[in-house]
Amino acid sequence: MNNIIVGIPRALLYYRYQDLWLNFFKNLNIKTIVSPKTNKKIIEKGSSYVVDEACLSLKIFMGHIDYLKDKCDYIFIPRIACLKENEKVCTNFLSMYDLVKNTFPQLKILNFNVDYEQNLQEEDGFIKMGLDLNLNKIKVIRAYEKAKKEQKLLSSQKEAKLKKHLNEKNIKIMVASHPYNLHDEFIGIPIINYLKKENITPILSDDAFNRKIDTKGLSNTLYWTFNNELMSFIKKYKDNVDGIILLSTFPCGPDSLANELILRRIKNIPICFITVDNNSADTGLITRLESFIDIIKIKKRRKNSEQTYN
Amino acid sequence: MNKPIISFPHLGNYSIPISFFLRHVSNLKVQTAPKITKKTIELGSKYSPDFVCLPFKYNLGNFIEALEEGATIIAQAGGGCRYGSYGEVQEEILKDLGYNFTFLSLMENGRINILTIYKSLKKINSKLSFLKYIYYLCLTMLMINSMDKLENYIRLNIGFEEKKDSFSNLEKKMLKDFSHAKGFINLTIKYYKYKKLFKKIPIKKSEDCLKIGIIGELYTSMEQFSSYFIEKSLAKYNIEVKRFTDLTYLLIKKRFKKKKMLRKMQKYVTYDLGADGLDNVYRADYLIKNKYDGIIHIKPFGCTPEVGAIPIIDKVCKDNKMPIIYFSFDVQTSDEGIKTRLEALVDMLKRRREIK
Repeated sequence: MNNIIVGIPRALLYYRYQDLWLNFFKNLNIKTIVSPKTNKKIIEKGSSYVVDEACLSLKIFMGHIDYLKDKCDYIFIPRIACLKENEKVCTNFLSMYDLVKNTFPQLKILNFNVDYEQNLQEEDGFIKMGLDLNLNKIKVIRAYEKAKKEQKLLSSQKEAKLKKHLNEKNIKIMVASHPYNLHDEFIGIPIINYLKKENITPILSDDAFNRKIDTKGLSNTLYWTFNNELMSFIKKYKDNVDGIILLSTFPCGPDSLANELILRRIKNIPICFITVDNNSADTGLITRLESFIDIIKIKKRRKNSEQTYN
Repeated sequence: MNKPIISFPHLGNYSIPISFFLRHVSNLKVQTAPKITKKTIELGSKYSPDFVCLPFKYNLGNFIEALEEGATIIAQAGGGCRYGSYGEVQEEILKDLGYNFTFLSLMENGRINILTIYKSLKKINSKLSFLKYIYYLCLTMLMINSMDKLENYIRLNIGFEEKKDSFSNLEKKMLKDFSHAKGFINLTIKYYKYKKLFKKIPIKKSEDCLKIGIIGELYTSMEQFSSYFIEKSLAKYNIEVKRFTDLTYLLIKKRFKKKKMLRKMQKYVTYDLGADGLDNVYRADYLIKNKYDGIIHIKPFGCTPEVGAIPIIDKVCKDNKMPIIYFSFDVQTSDEGIKTRLEALVDMLKRRREIK
């Protein structure tokens, strides 16, 4: 039983749950293989499997599965339908399992299903997955609990790091997006790298995890769990940063409405709204970032000189 | 102060039962938004976020035109996918445009049910009793149901009418008559009267006519303008059209069918796909089993639930050798392109028939 290999696509929910998933499999002594960082080829492959109109993040996800399809025994496909009462996630996360099952019929899928509305919690998902692999239930629960502890430790470390960053003196720009966009080699990393090169501290919106959700003032009726977390982060830290870069993939459904609210309701901080699709070129991106950073620098200088004048 | 005027976005012919309902429960003047034209969608898309789905733009256009005509309260409802969040964003956009109005959202926490509608209606008409509300809700549901049944008959037969426009003329008369319904008995009598009248319209329908099923997203299915009157264009080719989505289905039938659909489609689908995704997979299977000639799948650009469902529908159709065509409507989609594609589809289906 110990010699199976589980493939985990490095896309979408991976970036949100990587610590939990990887530790869970490690605790059970199951070998895992994670697909490489996104590259042009993965995107091209992924685009060929779904409709043109699917969002870039989903195309990338399919590309990663294509990479993994003959390199492992099982492919780990999470389906997270609902995490909280009265809240939803993008329907892409709901249909993901069936989508993969139908596009790659020969694939062996290890399914991880969480659906609060049907009373399937995170733990139930893991237990079900363990049983699918013919593992001992108690062993699975122990592995889950250990992984959960490790995840908590890691996220508190992350939060401490965030606090340190927020206290730094130089210009700070918040990059706000879903984790799967922020850490993707093709979408978020070029922006973060550019900011670092310009000696600016990037504050990433997934640095603090599992915090209290409070979106009042930004949105009162939106019901997307991931977007609410994002909004709550923006609301909490917006006064500690000099500017916000809103990053989205084309054409993300929930973002199209949530970002409109953010853009309309946050008035006193400069916001740069960047949308990435498969044809985005680096030069266009850098031009926009350059001018955005210039604006922030000018604003900051003016503020400083006013202070010294007074 | 003038009496407030209430308005709401269009959804095909359903503006008649909706305005009937609002008129009776709100005691206010109800004004149906001006009919959808090219200008509506232009206005709507001008002020909408970049890649929001098409119904948002139509609704926003409806609101702007209604507010221009003097409406002071606008009502919005919806749920499922992105629809549930339209309200807040639209309110913000319209307020930023400088309109002065009250926004009435008929839902709570992203959900819509009998109680949330009642609670919101209480805000504009504090005297509304629960009994009266239920009475008119049921009456409206009956009206919607009667309309759906008759329109279903129209779709099956309009392609074969002997005298041009005889169906659509009678339909217009029916809708006008329905809007003056006085009660359950009155409405039922009207329904049977029109049923008889529709059956009397002479048609030339052969047993082996071409049959096409329309599946897809709900707004483009029901609001004909947004699908460039695809049903009407099909009727011109003498085709029997079957459409599944109507308000009766969405409001009542859907919640009882989910388990059955999951069971029947378990070869392809294990979980619910969100919004109408699962329904459409099931419908494709239904059309195949009932020996339809082809399937047309319609959706607005960027409809996320359908994007997830299309590869599965495609697989179902491929496994059963069923022709299917996908239409994705956007603001700029031109009439001509759609016509050409429809023509090609019909030609192909006819030839397929001959070979068989």
